[in-house]
Amino acid sequence: MHLAYPVVLAALLFSVGVYGVLARRNAVLVLMSVELMLNAVNLDLVAFDAWLRDSLHAGQALTLFTITVAAAEIGLGLAIVLLLFRARGTADIDRATALGDPAEPHTPAEDEPVAAEALKGRATA
Amino acid sequence: MNAAATLLAATGSLEPAARSFLSPSGQEIVFLLVGIAVLGSAVVSVTTKQLVHAALWLVVALGGLAVEFLLLTAEFIAWVQVLIYLGSVVVLVLFGLMLTKAPIGRSPDADSKNRWVALVVALAAAGTLVTLVVDAFRTSWIDLGAGGGSASVTGASLFRNWVLPFEALSVLLLAALVGAIVLSRGSGRRVPAPRAGKVRAGRPVGSNGTVAATVPRTAPTAVPEAVPEAAPETSASQTSAPEEES
Repeated sequence: MHLAYPVVLAALLFSVGVYGVLARRNAVLVLMSVELMLNAVNLDLVAFDAWLRDSLHAGQALTLFTITVAAAEIGLGLAIVLLLFRARGTADIDRATALGDPAEPHTPAEDEPVAAEALKGRATA
Repeated sequence: MNAAATLLAATGSLEPAARSFLSPSGQEIVFLLVGIAVLGSAVVSVTTKQLVHAALWLVVALGGLAVEFLLLTAEFIAWVQVLIYLGSVVVLVLFGLMLTKAPIGRSPDADSKNRWVALVVALAAAGTLVTLVVDAFRTSWIDLGAGGGSASVTGASLFRNWVLPFEALSVLLLAALVGAIVLSRGSGRRVPAPRAGKVRAGRPVGSNGTVAATVPRTAPTAVPEAVPEAAPETSASQTSAPEEES
């Protein structure tokens, strides 16, 4: 099998995960996108393990470790999201701005649509 | 003629002509089809407006990745993927969506306002990564041999060469488990307050305060009886309190 097939699929899957992390608003969906990115890396690791024929099987061992760390990460992440939901009544990461920069507290409502329109124009242009 | 045949036999084992994008093998075709399904369901999963459907499309993407692992002869990892991701992570995500009161129908505010920035960043990352990777691995082929990732091979390498990371990871998993329990019991500080109040309120009925106040008036012999009477009651209330809490 050509090595380009799994590696290109992993790169595209990672980019889909990047889009999900940046574009989603619900924190649980952001965690799902992080899982997609971790799975893309897993696919890379398995492909390189099969390619290099490592006698230590480092790629597959590292894949198992990554899966374990991802399971621990999503458990802790969902606990934190639940805590945020209990404290704020919402799971939107856009509204979790308690640690944000308090400068210009009234302008974001005005210039966010303008920025979105400008970016939309740039994307269509 | 004979020399040419031996040369052909010598070079035929490397098969330089058979390995090409124009003549894909059956494995590559299956990999490509499953990869398209995985990629499509991943895209739907990050773009759909229905939050629960996003989790279910994630199931399709992760299950397709398990098939890809099988095609890369990593059987054990494929089944671990099915067990851990399809079995526990997606269920955890669904519970997270349920406990944060995610709306069932279409939610128009599922995507934030910087969606177009995210799209530009993701397309730039995809373009850069795919260009780099195709250029780097243009002439690399995987010689897939059966049994490269079976449970016996993986177990032998894991417990022969990777024991220390394995044990460290088990400690990490335990710490994450305890941390998740501690975090999700976040309101635990409010629970002991009524229990302490209940013990304190129950004490004047048969405990030392009222007994000591009434003892000098009634009889001095009531003191040794009242103290053992009060002690089992407080211990019983203390032991029954965690049962109420749980």
